[in-house]
Amino acid sequence: MPKTQGQPGMLGRVTGALGRSRELTLVALIVLMCAIVSLGAPQFLSISNLDQVTAMAAIFAIAGIGEAMVVMTKNIDLSVESTIGLVAFLVGVTLRQGDLPVPAAWLLGIGVGLLLGMVNGAVITVFRIPSIVVTLGTLSIFRGLVFIIAGGKEVNLSDLPAGYANLATDTVLGVPVFVIVAVVIVAIVGLLLWKTRFGRQVYAVGSNAEAAAILGIRSRLVTFAVFSIAGLLGGIAGVMWGIYFGTIYATSASGVVLQIVAAVVVGGVSIAGGTGTVVGAALGALFLALINNALLVLQLPQELLQAIYGAVILVAVSADALLSRRNKGQAAQEAAR
Amino acid sequence: MTGTSVRRFVAGLATTAIVLSACSSSTPSSAPASQAAPASQAPVASVPASVPASQAASAPASQAASGGVTAVVIPKQINNPYFDVAFKGAQKAAADLGGTVTQVGPSAADATQQVPFIQTATTQGVGAIIISADDATAVAPALKAAMQAGIKVVGYDSSPAVGAYNVFVNQADTAGIGKGLANMACDLAPSCTGEIAVLSAAQSATNQNAWIAAMQTTMKDAKYSKLVWDGVVYGNDDPQVSTQQAQALLQAHPNLKVIVAPTTVGIVAAAQVVRAAKKTGSVFVTGLGTPKGMVDYVKGGESPEFALWNVTDLGYLAYAVAAQLAAGTIKGTEGETFTVPSLNNGQPYTIGKDSVVVLGPPFVFNKDNIDQYVASFGF
Repeated sequence: MPKTQGQPGMLGRVTGALGRSRELTLVALIVLMCAIVSLGAPQFLSISNLDQVTAMAAIFAIAGIGEAMVVMTKNIDLSVESTIGLVAFLVGVTLRQGDLPVPAAWLLGIGVGLLLGMVNGAVITVFRIPSIVVTLGTLSIFRGLVFIIAGGKEVNLSDLPAGYANLATDTVLGVPVFVIVAVVIVAIVGLLLWKTRFGRQVYAVGSNAEAAAILGIRSRLVTFAVFSIAGLLGGIAGVMWGIYFGTIYATSASGVVLQIVAAVVVGGVSIAGGTGTVVGAALGALFLALINNALLVLQLPQELLQAIYGAVILVAVSADALLSRRNKGQAAQEAAR
Repeated sequence: MTGTSVRRFVAGLATTAIVLSACSSSTPSSAPASQAAPASQAPVASVPASVPASQAASAPASQAASGGVTAVVIPKQINNPYFDVAFKGAQKAAADLGGTVTQVGPSAADATQQVPFIQTATTQGVGAIIISADDATAVAPALKAAMQAGIKVVGYDSSPAVGAYNVFVNQADTAGIGKGLANMACDLAPSCTGEIAVLSAAQSATNQNAWIAAMQTTMKDAKYSKLVWDGVVYGNDDPQVSTQQAQALLQAHPNLKVIVAPTTVGIVAAAQVVRAAKKTGSVFVTGLGTPKGMVDYVKGGESPEFALWNVTDLGYLAYAVAAQLAAGTIKGTEGETFTVPSLNNGQPYTIGKDSVVVLGPPFVFNKDNIDQYVASFGF
């Protein structure tokens, strides 16, 4: 970055700081985008809008955190959207039948998510099949289970306890409950990765599996654990999905794995494994949710939306890659250590 | 097995009775026939119970042939409650007429995924394909190939391209739905004044586009002159995308009064967004929805009224038309008439321009009648 040296002023310091942290880059991009969009559409920053948009982003952030951990180990979980769909539907059906009180139904859903993650992890590590293949299979299998449970029916809001869906936009001290849940999970998983031996093992397995093995890291156990956690978080996201939408279809959350992986990648978690943070993944989810909302609010031609959305993702990732290229090598070395 | 054969026999008798009553005279006797088989549909089977077997045996071959057909129903998407209820109607018709019907289709509403199902049905040599097209033109070549192979193609719900079907069974006349949508928007906007926006399904959804166009045509009338058109957004019949679109509508148009969503997924998503944004009472949602999906929002005040047609009857009529095409009693040409005893009060249907048959006018649900339809539709 020769330019930075040439201009040691404010701008130089800002770009320097941005280059050091993907998370800061994203925060800057988010602030910049909000400023630009609110010029064109002042309502963009209204509280009721932000509550709804950030509550949905929270669901993707939580699923994205699980996906980020998987990607850090140089794996991928394509089945997460079916986990979300299955858990959302299962919780809905359980509540429709009145079998369990609400908190118990949620726990059941989260437990099922964990179980699905363990299935992924077990098949991948025991049979040593690439995760992309295994989760491509379970993507269909888990969705197939939803179709069996659903039997052609959806869960309607009238099937659920009164006021159930209002939980999604309830706020505590002005912050949506869903956002608080996401922040707590970011903090817990972030600390787990940052401060614990297990966390260092996750990065080690992803950056250099052979070196990790020499160091005595049981990479298959780490991989199994990471998929289990991803399943658990997918389960939490599934419970929240059901609450947020209130109406749950057998096809609910179909196709969202692309959005989740996009959040992870935009958040700076390298698809090559070994780097990234869950804070980045969560910010990536927030960024994409805001971009999506902004594009709609600006009333751009409907047929252009998808292309623009994709272009924005590419620009965001490339801008960051340019800013952080200098630091990337250092980060990889650090993770491998 | 015996149950099936008895059922077939009874159904065969029923068909014979229907055909006999229909053929005996083309004009006045259609009224008594409709009384014998009223709209409740069930009594059809009870009619032939009193018909001696000898009469059935003496029925001419051409009439016996106009019973059932082996048909495949290809909805836009399987595991969709709407299409499943339509399929129930088709199953009922198949049982009444003595044919068989199965449903296959893609798990996501995607036209390219519909094509293999059409090709498989063609290879299997079914009697008829009954299809709701995800995309009018994308499925057309495969459907034309099926027709060349002698298979009768009946469109329902969403039309394939003209020429790629024998008959299209329209759930409601496009103009009728457009008028219904405009009227509901006018009802819900205070003094029929203010901004309205449309939340549709896919940009390529034939039926949605036609209804929206018809709605705009209706709104040229002076009665609607104070309604301001804010435009159309597309939710792709995806709950998440529909939700995001509805959220953006509320922000982009702070003075919005009514969201019109002529799609069962979109209307629910929009109503939930209005509730979550705490705009109940200032923004209303209407369009086409299912009673069970909407009951909470009708009572909650987000959607005081919305419309739909009788979905079971749609599936029933589509199968009945397929059976008549297969039997050769109709060809699908404009101006032909035919009766389906349990539908339309027994009155004849007329095949219109582009070989389209209309099921009937849409029906409006509100807080006074919704509970009853939640129970009877079950979706």
